[in-house]
Amino acid sequence: MADRQYVLRFSRTERALHWIHAAAFFLLLASGLALYLPTLVAVVGRRPLVRAVHVDVAIAWVAALIAVMLFGDRHSLRRTLAELDLFDEEDRKMLRGRRFRAARFNAGQKINAALTAAFALLFAFSGSLLWLGERDTRFRFANTVLLHDGLAYFSLVLLVGHLYLAVLHPATRHSLRGMTIGTVGEDWAREHHSRWPALEREAAEPS
Amino acid sequence: MPPPDPTARTYGRRTFLAVVAGGASSLVWGGSAWRAAQHALHPLARALPGNLRAIVPSEGWRIYTVADTMPSFDPARWTLTIDGLVERRQSLRYEDLLTLPAAEQVSTFHCVTGWTVTQVHWRGIRFRDLLAVARPTSQARALQFVSAERPYTDSLELKQALRHDALLAYEMDGKPLAREHGSPARVVIPEMYGYKNVKWVERIELVAHPSDGFWEKLGYDRDAWVGRSNRG
Repeated sequence: MADRQYVLRFSRTERALHWIHAAAFFLLLASGLALYLPTLVAVVGRRPLVRAVHVDVAIAWVAALIAVMLFGDRHSLRRTLAELDLFDEEDRKMLRGRRFRAARFNAGQKINAALTAAFALLFAFSGSLLWLGERDTRFRFANTVLLHDGLAYFSLVLLVGHLYLAVLHPATRHSLRGMTIGTVGEDWAREHHSRWPALEREAAEPS
Repeated sequence: MPPPDPTARTYGRRTFLAVVAGGASSLVWGGSAWRAAQHALHPLARALPGNLRAIVPSEGWRIYTVADTMPSFDPARWTLTIDGLVERRQSLRYEDLLTLPAAEQVSTFHCVTGWTVTQVHWRGIRFRDLLAVARPTSQARALQFVSAERPYTDSLELKQALRHDALLAYEMDGKPLAREHGSPARVVIPEMYGYKNVKWVERIELVAHPSDGFWEKLGYDRDAWVGRSNRG
């Protein structure tokens, strides 16, 4: 379709945040599993090195996220945050399993964003406690490692669902284009995100 | 911008805050929830093949090492040295260990970081039977365990090592100890946290006083009684 029209769904800043988070998550997951699963621990070994990689990637992840938030397009981030926060009647219809018309994000994507952000904060919190706890008994709590491990399990479930919808599911995988180059097909957007204000503005403008 | 929808609710931030609050408070209740999950997932774990089983939290083991490489066991070269304050220094081969009186027990393994593994079946030698071979002198008051994983060491008072449920294990759950569990021999003292359960033991030195081991030098308690130590 040579004349297919596209609309911008994600700004550079939003995409940078997403891919920094995704890359860090995979590196942290790989190094975390090599520290956690007995079979992998025996095969990979070098626990001090793997642990150093895990900690260094975590520090780089937090630093990169903060840098993007400080120096990126904060206006687009604030707007996106507001959109993700608010659930209107159409979102509630989706959660009740009824027919709905989504705006830029549907209710599932909003919940995914809230959970991902909460898990990220809890990962950073529990990881910091584990690191500090080895150096100072005041930061040592019996269940810190269980929180960190539990988050890994929940995050994996979330990730599998996210990857399925973004890469495999025919109706939604076009959205991956939005997160890679920023734009999505207008026809796709009208079908899946018909209440997205960008589309309404576009419709109002003379062609 | 379209006018704000008066029916819209801030469920996004509420979800975020609820999950953060639940996660942070799990530092208090997480242990009980984890054990309940372990119990519920146990049948699933048993149905999985061996290598996949470790993915399910019901198996519960985490493997902590301090050196770059994990010691590997060579039956032809391995010996267990018992020396220090003893009348007869010993150098036992693996086959020698297997000829000593064997003891079995099923006990729970507790890690100081919060995880536990229940119903672990151990087979090994009670320390009183092991020490009977070497005959500690009257000055001996503690056992210093030296691991093949350098620089890991730890010690137990003699009376702690002689507890009814402490042993030097060479089998776990009906099989020779796996490499990651400390093959061929490790300390098992269920009433103390895992860092006292030294893996890959290759030397036991009888000494007059216990000394700080690897983790104790980093602030952990020397007497690591489960539920009564390392409380910050």
